[in-house]
Formats: sequence, structure tokens, C-alpha cells
Amino acid sequence: MSVRTALRVKRPGRLAAEATALVIAVAVAFPLYWMVLSAFKPAGEIQSTEPRPWTLAPSLDSFRRVFEQQDFGRYFLNSLLVAGTVVILSALVAFLAATAVTRFRFKFRTTLLIMFLVAQMVPVEALTIPLFFLMRDFGQLNTLGSLILPHLAFSLPFAIWMLRGFVRAVPEALEEAAYIDGASRTRFLWQILFPLVFPGLVATSVFSFITTWNDFLFAKSFIISDTSQSTLPMALLVFFKPDENDWGGIMAASTVMTIPVLVFFVLVQRRLVSGLGGAVKD
Amino acid sequence: MTTPTTALKAPAPGASGAGAGTPAARPPRRGRPVSPRGHSGWTPWLYLLPALVLLAGLLVYPIYQLGLISFLEYTQAQVSGGEPTTFKGFGNYATLFNDSQFWQVLLATVLFAAACVVSTLFVGCALAVLLTRIRALPRLVLMMAALGAWATPAITGSTVWVFLFDPDFGPVNKVLGLGDFSWTYGRYSAFALVLLEVLWCSFPFVMVTVYAGIRAIPTEVLEAASLDGASQWRIWRTIMAPMLKPILIVVTIQSIIWDFKVFTQIYVMTNGGGIAGQNLVLNVYAYQKAFASSQYSLGSAIGVVMLVILLAVTLVYLRLVRRQGEEL
Repeated sequence: MSVRTALRVKRPGRLAAEATALVIAVAVAFPLYWMVLSAFKPAGEIQSTEPRPWTLAPSLDSFRRVFEQQDFGRYFLNSLLVAGTVVILSALVAFLAATAVTRFRFKFRTTLLIMFLVAQMVPVEALTIPLFFLMRDFGQLNTLGSLILPHLAFSLPFAIWMLRGFVRAVPEALEEAAYIDGASRTRFLWQILFPLVFPGLVATSVFSFITTWNDFLFAKSFIISDTSQSTLPMALLVFFKPDENDWGGIMAASTVMTIPVLVFFVLVQRRLVSGLGGAVKD
Repeated sequence: MTTPTTALKAPAPGASGAGAGTPAARPPRRGRPVSPRGHSGWTPWLYLLPALVLLAGLLVYPIYQLGLISFLEYTQAQVSGGEPTTFKGFGNYATLFNDSQFWQVLLATVLFAAACVVSTLFVGCALAVLLTRIRALPRLVLMMAALGAWATPAITGSTVWVFLFDPDFGPVNKVLGLGDFSWTYGRYSAFALVLLEVLWCSFPFVMVTVYAGIRAIPTEVLEAASLDGASQWRIWRTIMAPMLKPILIVVTIQSIIWDFKVFTQIYVMTNGGGIAGQNLVLNVYAYQKAFASSQYSLGSAIGVVMLVILLAVTLVYLRLVRRQGEEL
């Protein structure tokens, strides 16, 4: 607000800026609008060479095709299960690790921090090959574990790095007071520090949720023969056909896949913006 | 519906503790035992144990394996156990470096990533500045639209953009009057289409982060500059950009890393790398080599090349951060 007052410009200038912002917002939102619109269009209108930005006869046919597709519900649950497990485990593991590197001084601490930073740069996609053999050797191919474990590991470096700022923000006086009052270290960790850092955990979980939910490469590479273990991206690809794509089905499946992420984003966006500020400034 | 704006105005919980960009605000903590209870000893390692075990097993070990496979003869015959694995030394790398397609893909990857990074940063920063100059309602609208683009999974974003630009049924060609021009047919138009999608889904991160950073700049400074009649561009160049330098470095490096590794968009939008592999980037190239033609060792060698390039970027980043005297 104060920035705005400081930069108060002449009215026409501001109106022009606001008009620009609105035009850009419409352009940015348009693909999503078109996705939902096409999902509701009846088949004839989607295949029309005169696409109209509205529909007068919304239909649920495309959604019906998506949900009647074999095992779609199963794919959805699998995606939810994988993403949910990764989010919860990653938050807990990263919280412990972030506490260790911010509240303690020990040998190799800085080295570890640099390693966590470097780990974020590793092209995860390149590791698909060795991970494929690793999963095969442990009999994990075609199981949800083959998706959960790598995503859990890859979400950690960023989560730890991001949580550091939140853990550091909790005053040390509080920790001392807790110990003076006779709290054990474990009690301080879970009953005092954990609730205080929770907003940070939420911001962090956005990233692990999105990368896991959106995953396409591992889902495609590790779930090769047992389709009952497939996740949503595979359900989407079914509608791509060599001769003619079923755009209605693709758009409906895309809508179904996008909505949980959008809901998640809207729920946590307040924490996300503040969380990002905290992590980046740190 | 006013939540996003109020959230932005409220001091960030993480930021307040971290000193909100002013290093002086950070309490000195060196030379003082952090843990009040004598020796911390093995406690931090206990806390770190789960993270370290996971990372060792699923990150460090696979990296080692990746390097190892890149030095072996490893194709379908070895995978199925039909033939013993043999050590090839730098043979795979020699094959790769003598293949003109590899250099072509490498060049395309670097140029494509550079174009993505530059456009993402430019659009993100410009819109962040724009956000500071408008009232709450239009800001909320733009913010929500950007969050929507950000939240969209790469695979659905890719399918929607392909559909928007579809030669037969897409609205874009209709509006632009391009007839049945196929965007994915030509090499450059296909890359341009992917670039637009990548820009669409990655500028919000830059915009939100830089906007959060601008809000942390003391208002007096901006006010003074504005009163002195500085233009918006000058305010950005001489005040905002220098003060936002730490944030800009983070955002730039993140963008480089993300855009260098673009996989899903290329794979879905150009159907696995385009006609005759014209739209391949290193990531997709490695995948196709390994999983489509079972040349696992060549795929691994490409992976190692990517790893080395990104490691170099990381080292530059670490030097930049260190030079600013930031404490890890």
C-alpha cells in the first residue's frame, strides 16, 4: 500500500497501468478458461473449425468418457496417495533436518548446507535411468513406492533450504525458556517449534505436492506393465490417438487433473507468498 | 476475496525473522552455543538421519550409478543378462561427441533455455513492478490469474497450449488468420510454442517473488526517487534492481535450472522431440536414447553432461552468494 502511495502517479498513468494489468490477466487466464470451456463443449463444437469462446449447450459427455474410462478413479486415488504421502513425509523429514542445521552448530554443517544446495541442481530427469535399475533390483517397479521414494528424496533439499528461514525465525529465548521450564528437547521440538514452523511447512508442501502431482516422467518410466498402479498423467495420454486426438476427453481429463492443484494453491496461497518472501530473503 | 492482498501486506513471518533483506537486522549468533543444554553431540545427526539416508540412497547412489553406466557397454542385451557388461572407458563419450546430433541438441538446449530465462525474467520483473503501481482489485485479478497458470500441471498446460494452437480446431490460428498453419511442423515455430507455454507457467514464480521483494524496500527511498522525478525505468535500474540483487540471483539461477531441464513440455507438445528429433533438448534426448532405443549407457553419458553443466552453474551461484558475504 505504502509503495503505491509513494509511487502515486498521475491518474491516467495509473489507469493505463491497471488496464494493462487486466488485459494481461485475461490473457494469462485464457488457456485455463479454454480448457474448462472445451471440457464442457459438446463433441460437435469441439471439432468445429469455427471455435467460439462460449458454449450454449454445455455437456458432460467428455467428463463421462473420462470417468468411464477403465480405472480412472483408481488413477486419481493413486495420484492423491502418492502426492499426499510425499507431502507429509517430506514435511516431517525436512523439519527435523532444517532444525538440525539451524539450531545446532556442528562439524560439516556448512558443507551439508552446500550439499543441499547443490542437490537442488541435480537434473532429476537424468537420474531416471539409474533409478529405473534401482527400482527393478528392489522389485519396486510397477508399485506406488517407486514414485513415492524418489519424489520424497528429491523434494528434501529444497524443503530443508526453505524451512531454514522459518526455523531460524523462532527466537532462541523461547527455546531457553522452554528448557528452564523443564521441557525436554523432544517436547520442545514437537510441541513448541513444530506449531511455530507450521506455516513454513505449508508453503514448502506446495512445492512437493505440485512436483509430485505433476510428475509425468517417473510415472511413465517406472509403472510399465501394471496399469492399476498408474497415475493421472497416463489417464490423460489415453485420449491422444495417432489418427485423431479426442480433444474433449483430453480437456476434461486435464480439468480433472488441474482442479486439485488449484484448490491446494488457493488454500495455501497466503502462506505461499509470505513463505517465498521468507525463504528468498534468507 | 481480499485474502491475497492482505496476505501480501502483512509482514511475512519468515521474512521478519530473516531480517527482511537487511543483513544488519539479523542478530549476531556466532560464538554462542545455540543449544542451551551443553553438548549437542549427536542430536543434530539424529535429526538429520532420515534426510541423509533418503538422499544417500535415492540421489547420491543413483548419481554414482549414472556415472558408472556411462562408462559401460549397457544396452538391452546387458539389461536382460544376455551379455556380460563390459567396461568401455570413455567410449560412450567419444561416440556422443562425434555425433553431430548431440552438438545440435546441446546448442538447441542452451539457446532454448536462454530464451526462456530471459523472457521469464523480463516478463516476471515487469509485471512485479506493474503490481506495485495498481490498486488492490486489479492486482488481485492479475495475481489470481498468475497463480492459476503457476498451479497448472506441466502436462495439462502442454495439452491445453497445443489445443489452443491446433491448426484445425484452435482459436489462435482463427484469430490470427493463420489458416491451417501447423505450429509443431516447423522447428522454430514448435520451439516458439513451447517457449510460450514455459513462459506462461514460470513467470508467476518470478513475479510473486520479486513483488514480495519490492514490498520489503523501505518506502522512503522509493518516495524520494519518485519526488525527484526519476522515471520508472530509472527507479528500477538504480534502486530496485540493486536492492533486489539477492532475490534476482536466486530467481535467475532457479530459472536457469528449471528451463535447462524442461522435459514434459517438449515431450508432450512436440510428441517426443519433434519431427526427426528437430525439437530435442538434452533431457528428452537422454530419455529417448535410453528408453526408446535401449542405449542406456549413451543416455547416461548425456545425463552426466547435463549434470556437469548444471554443477558449473551452481558453482557460479555459490560464488555470487559468497561474495555478498551471506552466511549460510
